[in-house]
Amino acid sequence: MELRSSLSRARGLGSAKEGVHHWWGQRVTAIALVPLSLWFVVSAIGLMGADLPAFQAWIGSLFNAVLMVVLVAVLFYHAWLGMQVVIEDYVHGEAAKTTSLLIVKFALAVMAVACILAVARLAIGA
Amino acid sequence: MASSQRPLSPHLQIYRPQITSVLSILHRVTGVALTAGTLLLTWWLVAAASGPGPFATVQGFLGSWFGHLLLWAFTFSLFYHLSNGIRHLLWDFGWGFELEQVRLSGIAMVAAAAGLTVITLIAAYVAAGG
Repeated sequence: MELRSSLSRARGLGSAKEGVHHWWGQRVTAIALVPLSLWFVVSAIGLMGADLPAFQAWIGSLFNAVLMVVLVAVLFYHAWLGMQVVIEDYVHGEAAKTTSLLIVKFALAVMAVACILAVARLAIGA
Repeated sequence: MASSQRPLSPHLQIYRPQITSVLSILHRVTGVALTAGTLLLTWWLVAAASGPGPFATVQGFLGSWFGHLLLWAFTFSLFYHLSNGIRHLLWDFGWGFELEQVRLSGIAMVAAAAGLTVITLIAAYVAAGG
């Protein structure tokens, strides 16, 4: 049975039907980040005060390079989803909200690409 | 507009802070802080890819008292968000919704975050200074 009014159907507003995807994305990345962030903390402790050759040796290992790229991809997607919810909840007014969302999402996307290319460059040994 | 005549629920300032609400908003605060921390991660990786000079600058900054302060704050934020995130995942499985369980899991979560932060700091200083 159709519960929406004819007017509501004609306007086409209502759920964008993306909420479940967003919810699952947040959970799946959260689960992936549990081991990834623990690996990162342990690695970062070992790299305290390291000079560049020591860092290059660490990231030059395929294992570390792969995990770092995976961490960056998952982390930035998780932050992207989380920041979206925070902005949508607290920034009122369509113009301010849309502007904030665009700035934050563009910045996160650029940083993710920068991180991944940096790791690729280090891992390949440029 | 008829909708503006609806009764409003009391505003946030009316409520006495409760452990549930304080821990909940801290999850968002630490999440936003960690997102800001990705700037540091990006700087670190890009500097390493750029050469010894830029990398020495980052490592020097991170080794300063302000760098250490930032790293301590990010370490605690990470473990807080991680522990509370696991608490959230358990709720997603339908576990621990009784008020007393929520209170106890909140206390356990903060204790875990604080403990992991202290362990990490000790390990970091032993590794760096040892």
